[in-house]
Amino acid sequence: MSNPIQTLGAFGLNKIYDAGRFGVFLLYTLRGIFRPPAKFWPVVKQIEFLGSKSILLVGFTAAFTGMVLALQGYYTLSQYGSEGYVGAGVGLSLVRELGPVLSALMVTGRAGSAIAAEIGIMRIEEQIDALECMAIDAYSYLVVPRFIASLIAMPLLVAYCDIVGILGGHLVGVTLLGVSSGAYWDGFFASVFWSDVHMGLTKSVCFSILIVWICTYKGFYAGVAEGHFGPEAVSRATTNAVVLSSISILISDYVITSVLLYS
Amino acid sequence: MQSENLIDIHGLNSYYNDRQVLFDISFGIPMHQVTVIMGVSGCGKTTLFRHLTGLKKTLPGKIIIEGKDMGEFSEAQLMRYRRRIGVLFQSGALFNSMTLYENIALPLRVHTKLADETIRIMSIMKLNMVGLSEFWNYMPSQVSGGMKKRAGLARALAMEPQVLFVDEPSSGLDPITAAGLDRLILELRETMGMTVVVVTHELESAFKIADRMVVMDMGTIMAVGTPEQIQASEDGRVRQFLNREADPQDLSVDSYVKCLLDRRE
Repeated sequence: MSNPIQTLGAFGLNKIYDAGRFGVFLLYTLRGIFRPPAKFWPVVKQIEFLGSKSILLVGFTAAFTGMVLALQGYYTLSQYGSEGYVGAGVGLSLVRELGPVLSALMVTGRAGSAIAAEIGIMRIEEQIDALECMAIDAYSYLVVPRFIASLIAMPLLVAYCDIVGILGGHLVGVTLLGVSSGAYWDGFFASVFWSDVHMGLTKSVCFSILIVWICTYKGFYAGVAEGHFGPEAVSRATTNAVVLSSISILISDYVITSVLLYS
Repeated sequence: MQSENLIDIHGLNSYYNDRQVLFDISFGIPMHQVTVIMGVSGCGKTTLFRHLTGLKKTLPGKIIIEGKDMGEFSEAQLMRYRRRIGVLFQSGALFNSMTLYENIALPLRVHTKLADETIRIMSIMKLNMVGLSEFWNYMPSQVSGGMKKRAGLARALAMEPQVLFVDEPSSGLDPITAAGLDRLILELRETMGMTVVVVTHELESAFKIADRMVVMDMGTIMAVGTPEQIQASEDGRVRQFLNREADPQDLSVDSYVKCLLDRRE
């Protein structure tokens, strides 16, 4: 039986090894961009899966977020007679923060979990071994199309999320609560600058890298660390992928905001 | 029948973390012959299979393939080696999101510049070899376990490999399908001069197809030879395996307590 210091040491070494493998995984993925097989159609297929099929979910989330922001904003601002700033509040919140973060969390929940599960199943059913035995670069074949697709789809999804959210805010603020449409749009255009859009899009690119990196990694190594490849390895990989991606999105959101606001 | 070795294994040891699973394995795999590696479950056959297919890293000097040290292969050399081998996994390992035809066409699409029509004809020919040409557009989930395995074999043969590695070809198959796979392996050796390495614990199948046999137990090699030599072996453990006899159980209280103490350690 090992003593606690040995256990702690083994745990630490394991984590360092895992972190190293995580970094190498990204390097192999970047290298895979320039290796066969051809990626055009796989990328298109992944854009459809990651992006097109997320439109409804992201739109629904964005619309109700915009609506509730307008409702909350109107309630607070009307106490100071500044209801006209509802458009500014909704716009800034969505473009800078909620658009990228909510889109990323929705994509993680819908597509990230599916990516981890699909690749995890390929691992436990020896399909990744089969790819390697056929001399096909598994990173290039499995990870790269998802990586490129996510880089294309996420910024577009975030832009779409922003637009739907702002329109949702308009619906509640202007149509239901009686704020003037001119004041709503004036407030919006007077407050939201290109730098805010830039911040939102930068976040979307960073989140897209994080989501695919973490979810494909967790699936790719499902059961490898534990040394057994049963269905529980896939379920654990999927759960870990979603939890880790979500936490990483929130932490990196804070870091990116700090850097962009004060640089 | 004496033949030059394609692969030589010298004193191979293998570990999973701290646990040693292969102990000083040494034997040769002759060219153009069927070598069957057999032994009870957990004896290290699959680990050896993973070393031979390059899925598990091998130390320098332990596996020599046509004079080249597998342990010192660069990534490019390993890729070149893998293009010369075909591997049939126990489950078939077909890609679930592709039809049987697309599974077989995949290595041809990646590694050759053949026209789509040529790839289609070649893939259908391979499917025809395993009797599945009518099912070319079926998904793996729509066919039986035996058909998956045969499609896996067709995919393993897609690149016309020099060496074919087969993991448990008969497991989970009915006797007729298993016999069909055995016949196919023999045909590949006879018509194409293929070197075949089969990992199995099915005695009947092993004796039917083997030119050379390797019997393993607890990570070591118990016997190597022709099927006749293995059949005539006097080794107690080999005889126990061939006669399908269970391990004797020690049911005394002392042995039970010792077993519990061993587990705690």
